[in-house]
Amino acid sequence: MTTQTVADERAVRLVAFRHTISRWDVKVSPYLYISPFFILFAITGLFPLLYTGYVSMHEWSLIGGEGDFVGFDNFAFVLGQEKFWVSLRNTFSIFLFSSLPQVLIALVIAAVLDTNIRAKTFWRMGVLLPYIVTPVAIAIIFSVMFGDKYGIINTVLTNIGLPAVGWHSEVIPSHIAIATMVNFRWTGYQALIFLAAMQAIPRDYYEAAMIDGASRARRFFSITIPQLRPTIIFVVVTSTIGGLQIFDEPRLYDQYGTGGSDGQWRTLTMYIYNLGWGELNFGRASAVAWLLFIIIIIFGAINLAITQRISSAGSKVKK
Amino acid sequence: MTTLTKEAAAESLANGRAPKTKTRGQLVNKPGWLGYGFLGLVMVAAIYPIYWAFMIGSGDQTTITKRQVLALPGPNFLDNALSVISNPTVNFWVAITNSLIVSTIVSVSVVFFSTLAGYAFSKLRFKGKGGLFYFVIATLAVPTQLAVVPLFIVMVNLKLTGTLAAVILPALVSAFGVYWMTQYLEQALPYELIEAARIDGASMFRTFWSVALPSARPAAAMLALFIFIQTWTNFFWPFIVLDKDSQTLPVALSVLSNNYFDDYSLILAGAVVSILPLLLLFIVAGRQLVKGIMEGAVKG
Repeated sequence: MTTQTVADERAVRLVAFRHTISRWDVKVSPYLYISPFFILFAITGLFPLLYTGYVSMHEWSLIGGEGDFVGFDNFAFVLGQEKFWVSLRNTFSIFLFSSLPQVLIALVIAAVLDTNIRAKTFWRMGVLLPYIVTPVAIAIIFSVMFGDKYGIINTVLTNIGLPAVGWHSEVIPSHIAIATMVNFRWTGYQALIFLAAMQAIPRDYYEAAMIDGASRARRFFSITIPQLRPTIIFVVVTSTIGGLQIFDEPRLYDQYGTGGSDGQWRTLTMYIYNLGWGELNFGRASAVAWLLFIIIIIFGAINLAITQRISSAGSKVKK
Repeated sequence: MTTLTKEAAAESLANGRAPKTKTRGQLVNKPGWLGYGFLGLVMVAAIYPIYWAFMIGSGDQTTITKRQVLALPGPNFLDNALSVISNPTVNFWVAITNSLIVSTIVSVSVVFFSTLAGYAFSKLRFKGKGGLFYFVIATLAVPTQLAVVPLFIVMVNLKLTGTLAAVILPALVSAFGVYWMTQYLEQALPYELIEAARIDGASMFRTFWSVALPSARPAAAMLALFIFIQTWTNFFWPFIVLDKDSQTLPVALSVLSNNYFDDYSLILAGAVVSILPLLLLFIVAGRQLVKGIMEGAVKG
């Protein structure tokens, strides 16, 4: 009898124990599963970002490490440098030459891919091909193609009777060349994103518009564009965040990596690199990083507002 | 819009035709020669720079001075490629091996942790879930690349500069990955399956391992593909933190362009060689990549 009760008690306790374990399992597991992301992001993303602020307030060299607290001196210094403002101008200029044409061309490519073409997969893969090429390789190839002397672009220009362009020596042409590299890699990718969004538009809309006698162009501007609004906003905002940090292409546009003889294509991220690993001044490099960070947030917000405006203006036409 | 559709249906009824749901093919215009011509141009723009690099890279030092727009490749590509690959300052084989190691580890890690977190966010109940998920999405907009200075200081203190770990560690998780897997599992994994496993007495992790992980496979494969390409092509941070023996392929390529800047045939041969590994991957999995981008876009 007694042995029986002991065994029973044990069994009951075991069940209860298992029950407790199981309840803990249910409660704790979700946090356990998401914790790797949060822990690693805190260490390698959030902490360095905040720490950038700390470094920017100090004298700090690559070799000597942390020095005196200097308040906003580093900010004052870089804001007083012409190099900073030139880099800022270059960054914006390159961004404008890349983002706007890229979105427009991608929209047209997507519209053509959205028709009932033959060999769909072939064309889709074709436009995506440049995406797999490393920006470094693209930069090397295009820097030779845009060569001032033997470049293929100037060869073509002079062949058709136009003057050769100083793709490296002049400001705006060098920006166009670098923007071309960005567009080369990303236009097809963006086109596929737009294509997917276009295919999600209910076909009834087009049917109704066709019956109402709307032309193909009218259908594109009054149905497709307004319906693509969230996607266009998404693409513009993400390309703002990425585009303003551009480094690879301008860095490898010539073999010196300093952004041209007068810094005519030096971007802000290149400036951060030059300050930090060229002049070994981490304090100033961090100050520029923080400034660029703020610029990206503000500019991203402005872009969000503008694209929202433009797309909703489009949908008003529809009504 | 619904009213319009009704009108349309009414109109087609009035015309004596039965309203029927049209397929895409009937509704969307077929592209004319203009459409195909345009796509052809886009393809030329996508391929020409690579072909041109191959054209110059298969010649010799003087090929570039001939200023040819289009020509047959020369006979020297293999020689040029070999002299780039075997060059001790460029260290190409080491770079390719390093790139392979880094990209593989990062892809596997991102896929695993993203699926784990995505499973929790999409299927499990816990306090603060909504807020935490918003946080993940918000981090997508944070330009973390700008924090290179402190990240470098951290790596110096951990004595990790010049090691592959310095590139792998910050890339082990991805906010995009978590978002991606959450979206996918939300619709792909039925609650019934999870409940069935739980009733059978499977622990939480066992349930994840044998129910969630298998059903996440299609999205996981696409995510792995993206992360692999992204890691393989990454330059800024590896360029800062790695050295000659630990460099990845893009870093080696940048060294190459500094060393040979007067012989374009060698530089461009090197650039073409660097494209080959991912080109191979693209031929095998390009279809998946296209699908992945398009599915991600609809959800995003």
